[in-house]
Amino acid sequence: MSVAKLRIYRGDAEGGQEVEYEVPVDEGMVVLDAIHFVQANYDGDLAVRWNCKAAKCGSCSAEINGMPKLTCKTRLDSLPLDKPVTVYPLKTFPIMKDLVTDVSWNYEVRKKIPPFKYAEDTDWKMQQVDVERSQEFRKCIECFLCQDVCHVLRNHNKKNEFFGPRMMIKIAELEMHPLDIEDRKEMLREAAGVGYCNITKCCTDVCPEEIHITDNAIIPLKERVADTYFDPLQWILNKVKGN
Amino acid sequence: MEKFETHVHDVIVIGAGGAGLRAAIEASAQGASVGLVCKSLLGKAHTVMAEGGVAAALGNVDSKDGWKTHFHDTMHGGKLLNNWRMAQLHAQEAPERVRELEHWGALFDRTKEGNINQRAFGGHTWKRLAHVGDRTGLEMIRTLQDRGIHTGVDVYMECTITHLIKDGDRISGAFGYWRESGRFVLFQAKAIILATGGIGKAYKVTSNSWEYTGDGHALAYEAGADLIDMEFVQFHPTGMVWPPSVKGILVTEAVRGEGGILTNREGERFMEKYDPERMELSTRDVVARSIYTEVQEGRGSPHGGAFLDISHRGAEYVKKKLPSMYHQFKEFAEIDITKEPMEVFPTTHYVMGGVRVDPETEQTTVNGLFACGEVAGGMHGANRLGGNSLSDLLVFGKRAGAGAAEYANKIKDNQLKVNDGDINNAVKEMLTPFENSEGENPYTVHQGLQDAMGDFVGVFRTKDKLHEGIEEINVLKERASQLKIEGSRMFNPGWHLCKDLKSMLIISEAIARCAHQREESRGAHSRVDFPKYNDEVWGTVNSVISKDSSGDMNLGTSPLPQMPEELKKIVEGGYK
Amino acid sequence: MANGSAQNSITLRNDTWWVLPLITAIVLATFGAYSTWRAFSNVDFLVQPYLSPFYSPYILASWWPFSPALLILWAPLGFRATCYYYRKAYYRSFFLAPAACAVQPMAKEGNYDGETKFPFIIQNIHRYFFYAAGVVLFFLWVDAFHALWFEDGFGIGVGTIVLFVNVFLLSMYSMSCHSFRHLIGGRLDVFSKCPTRFRLWEKVSGWNENHALWAWLSLFSVALADLYIFLLAKGVITDLRII
Repeated sequence: MSVAKLRIYRGDAEGGQEVEYEVPVDEGMVVLDAIHFVQANYDGDLAVRWNCKAAKCGSCSAEINGMPKLTCKTRLDSLPLDKPVTVYPLKTFPIMKDLVTDVSWNYEVRKKIPPFKYAEDTDWKMQQVDVERSQEFRKCIECFLCQDVCHVLRNHNKKNEFFGPRMMIKIAELEMHPLDIEDRKEMLREAAGVGYCNITKCCTDVCPEEIHITDNAIIPLKERVADTYFDPLQWILNKVKGN
Repeated sequence: MEKFETHVHDVIVIGAGGAGLRAAIEASAQGASVGLVCKSLLGKAHTVMAEGGVAAALGNVDSKDGWKTHFHDTMHGGKLLNNWRMAQLHAQEAPERVRELEHWGALFDRTKEGNINQRAFGGHTWKRLAHVGDRTGLEMIRTLQDRGIHTGVDVYMECTITHLIKDGDRISGAFGYWRESGRFVLFQAKAIILATGGIGKAYKVTSNSWEYTGDGHALAYEAGADLIDMEFVQFHPTGMVWPPSVKGILVTEAVRGEGGILTNREGERFMEKYDPERMELSTRDVVARSIYTEVQEGRGSPHGGAFLDISHRGAEYVKKKLPSMYHQFKEFAEIDITKEPMEVFPTTHYVMGGVRVDPETEQTTVNGLFACGEVAGGMHGANRLGGNSLSDLLVFGKRAGAGAAEYANKIKDNQLKVNDGDINNAVKEMLTPFENSEGENPYTVHQGLQDAMGDFVGVFRTKDKLHEGIEEINVLKERASQLKIEGSRMFNPGWHLCKDLKSMLIISEAIARCAHQREESRGAHSRVDFPKYNDEVWGTVNSVISKDSSGDMNLGTSPLPQMPEELKKIVEGGYK
Repeated sequence: MANGSAQNSITLRNDTWWVLPLITAIVLATFGAYSTWRAFSNVDFLVQPYLSPFYSPYILASWWPFSPALLILWAPLGFRATCYYYRKAYYRSFFLAPAACAVQPMAKEGNYDGETKFPFIIQNIHRYFFYAAGVVLFFLWVDAFHALWFEDGFGIGVGTIVLFVNVFLLSMYSMSCHSFRHLIGGRLDVFSKCPTRFRLWEKVSGWNENHALWAWLSLFSVALADLYIFLLAKGVITDLRII
C-alpha cells in the first residue's frame, strides 16, 4: 500500500504553519478520508467541516495543491503523490481554525437578495422548459468554492461592493423564474455589483456541480442590466411597448 | 463558575434540516420569537441527501391517487405499527405542504400540463413522488432556508446542544457550546422543538453524516420523554459498496423508481423470488433483506453486493433523471451507470423509532418539549416508505411549530427558571475529557460501537447476538466514561465526538434492547429466531424506552392507539 | 493578510498554470501586430476576384487620407474587444487579473474596478458591436460569392474556398455570441409562450458553448485569408483554379 504525504495547514487567526502527515492510500480514497485518518490516528483536534461525504452538501471545501476543491470529491489518485499534497483553508474567508473558515459573510449577503415574489393571480402552471434554467442554478450546494476563487473577493476583498458568483446564480435563478415578478436589476448593478465580474470564469472552473455560472448566469445578468441601463434601443422599444 | 452567553426566545428549534426549518417558519408565523440552532452551517443538514422525492397524493400523474390510498400504503409499509393518526394527518396534509413550497420558490420537475411531476417509488400504489431530478432534498432545504431567513428566524449555526434544562416538569432551556470557540451558551425558551434527525452514525456502513448521532433522541430520553419503536432501523437496500471510501453512500431508490433492475452474480433477477408482484419496487425492508440474503448465500457481486442496472433506459434519460447518481458513480467508482450496472448493498439509513409525540401538536411526554421529523417516532411504524420522510418533515414540522408556538404563547415571560446547579453539572460533564489525565481516544470507542452495532444489531438479528450486543454496549459505556482529549476547546472534533458518543450509546442500547424484546419479525426488524409476524402478541404494541428515577433504562411496551372503524376499512380495503 | 487568511504566497498551485495565459498572450499579440501592419499598409489586399477580409467592404473615399481598412476594422475589432470570451482571454493573459485561478492578480488589493468604470464599462455595449460586425459580415459573404466570378466567368479557386471557410467561421463566431444569445431569447422568462424564440435560443446556446473555439478559429481564418491574398499579390504563390 502506498503512502501519501499531506501538508495540512494548522493554525488560527493568530497564525499557523503546515504540518506534514503520512497517510496510507487505499483504493478510491479521497482527501477527506486522509484528513479523517489524521484525526483518528494523529491529531484528534484537527478541525475540518464535512457532512455528507458525497459531494452533495458543500461543507468540506478547502484548497488542495492551491486549487479550491471539495475534499470529499478529490481522489488522492488524481493528485501527483510523488510530492506532498498541500491542504489549506479557503483563502477568501477569515480562518477560524485549521481548515475551518468563517463563511458567515455569505449568509449575510444572501439575506439581502429579495426572495421569490409571485403575482396574486398566479395559476402555478409552469412548463419544464421554463424551469430548467433556474433548476441548473438551484443545484448549487453552497460550498462557496466560487466565492473563494473569485479574485474580486479573494484578492481585492470587495465584499462590500460585490456579492460574488454564488449570489449571482441565486439572483439569476430568481430573475429567470417564470413566475417571479420582482425586479432585481437595480440591485444587480448597484449593491450586488455585477460589473465587478470580469468573466475570467474561475468560478465556473471550480464549481463541483458543474453549473455554468458565467455563461448561463452572470453573462445573461450582465445582458439584462445592459438592456435596462446601456441600451437606448431597448429602452425605446420598451417605451413603445409600454413596459 | 464559567461565564457563558444567554439568548432568550419563545421557541428554540434544535436542528435545521427540513423539519427544523419548517417548524421554525411556522412558529415564527404564529408570532413566536424563534431561535434555530444547528450543529452545522445552515443548509448542510441531512435533508440535502434526500434524493428521490417527496410523497404527496397530488394526483398530477395518476389522477386516482388520494389521501386514502397514501394512508393505506403508509400503514401497510409500516406493517400496521404506525400511529394511525399521524399517518392520516400526513397523507391528508402532504399535498398542501408540497404546493406551499412552490409558493416559496421551489421548482419541481413538471408534467406536460405544467403541474408538479410525480414518479413511482417502492410501496406507493401510484406515481406519487414530487421530485427535482434526484436532488429533491436539496431543493426543499434551499426553499425552506430562503423562507426561514426572510421571516425573522434567528439562526445559530455550528452550535451543539448538549443538555435540556427543565423547571420542574417543564422545559425551560437548552444548554450547549459553540463549535468554533468551544464556549458554552444557554438558550432560555418556553418551548423546545427537537428536529435533530437520526442515528446512523452508530453504524459503520451508513448513508448518514457525522451529525446523525441521535442527539435529539438522547436529549429527550435524558429529559424524561418516552422513546418508541427503537428496534426499527431502516437499512436502505441500495448503498454503494465500492470503493471502500464511499461504502454506504446512498444510491437513490429513484434508480429503481425509474426502472432499475436488480440482479445477482448469476444474472438472475432475484426479486422474482422475494416479491414477484412488486419486484424492485417492493418496500425497502423486503429489498434490503433480499440483497442481503443473495450475498449471504454466495450469489453476490465481486465486492459483495447486488447489481443494479439502469443502463437500458438510455444515456440521455439517465443523465436527465438521475444526474447526481451519474456523477456519484463516475467520480467515486469510475463507473458509467449509463453503460454498466452499479454494485449495491444495504446501508443504515433511517430510524423509524423515536420520541413519542402527540399526533396533533408533536408535544412529547415532557411539557414544552416537541419533536418532529426523523427524531419523532410513530409515523412510519415498522418500515418507512421512500418519499414519506420528506413529506413527514413538512407536515409535522409545521404542526410542531404551531404546537410549540401555541404552548409558548400561554407562558408569561420570565416565568420559567434555569437552575444554576443544572448548568454547573452540564459544564462539569462537558469538560471532564480535558481533565482526565488518562483515558481512551473517542475515535477508538466510536469505531468499537460501530463494529458492535453492525455485528450484533444489523439487518438480521438473533437473541444471542443481541444479547452479546447489549453486553458489548455496556462495556463501551464504561470505556466512554473515561475519555481523554488533546488540544483546546476551539473547533475540536475529538471533543465534539465525546458528547456525540454518549448520545449514540444511549440510542444504541435502546435499539439493541428493543430489538431483543420484540420476538417476531416485522418490517425492518428481522429476527432469524422468530422469522414470522406475531400479530397477537407484538402486532398490537409499541416498544417503549424511558429513563427511570434511578437513571436506568426502562424497557416496556404500550398498546397501539385504537384506530377508528372508517380508517380500518381503508387499511383493510386494499384501496386503489 | 487583510482578510486574516492563511496564505501569503502568489499561489500554492504547483501545476503549469502559467502556460495557457502565456500562449494566449503570444498568439493575440502576434495577431495584433500582423493585423495592424496589414490594416495600415493599404496595399496588396485585392487580387481579382479576391478581396482581403481586412478591406471589406472596399471603400474608395477620396476624403479619407488613410487606409480604408481603418474605416471598417473598428467594427470587428470592437466586437472582439468587447466579446465575453476575449475579455476573459485578455484579462487573464495581458492584465493578469488574474492570470489563472487562485493566482494572485497583478493589481494591488482593492485597486480594481472591474467593468464598473471607464474604460471597461464600455463592454456593456457589446451588442452594438455585434450589430456593426453583422453589417461587415454581410459584405464578407458578398465578397465570398464575388470570388466565384473570375474574368472568364464562374469558377472556384483555392482563394474562393479560403474566403468561404473564413466567412463561415466568422458567421459561427457571431452566431454564438453571448449578446445574440440573450437578444434572441435569453431575455425571456417564460420560454413556453414563445416557442420559436425558444428553439432559436436553444440552437444559439448550443453554438455558444463553443464560442471560444469559434473565436480562435475565426481569428486564424481571417488572418490566413488576408495572408493568402497578400502572398498572391506579392507573387509568392499563385492561386490554384479548381473549376
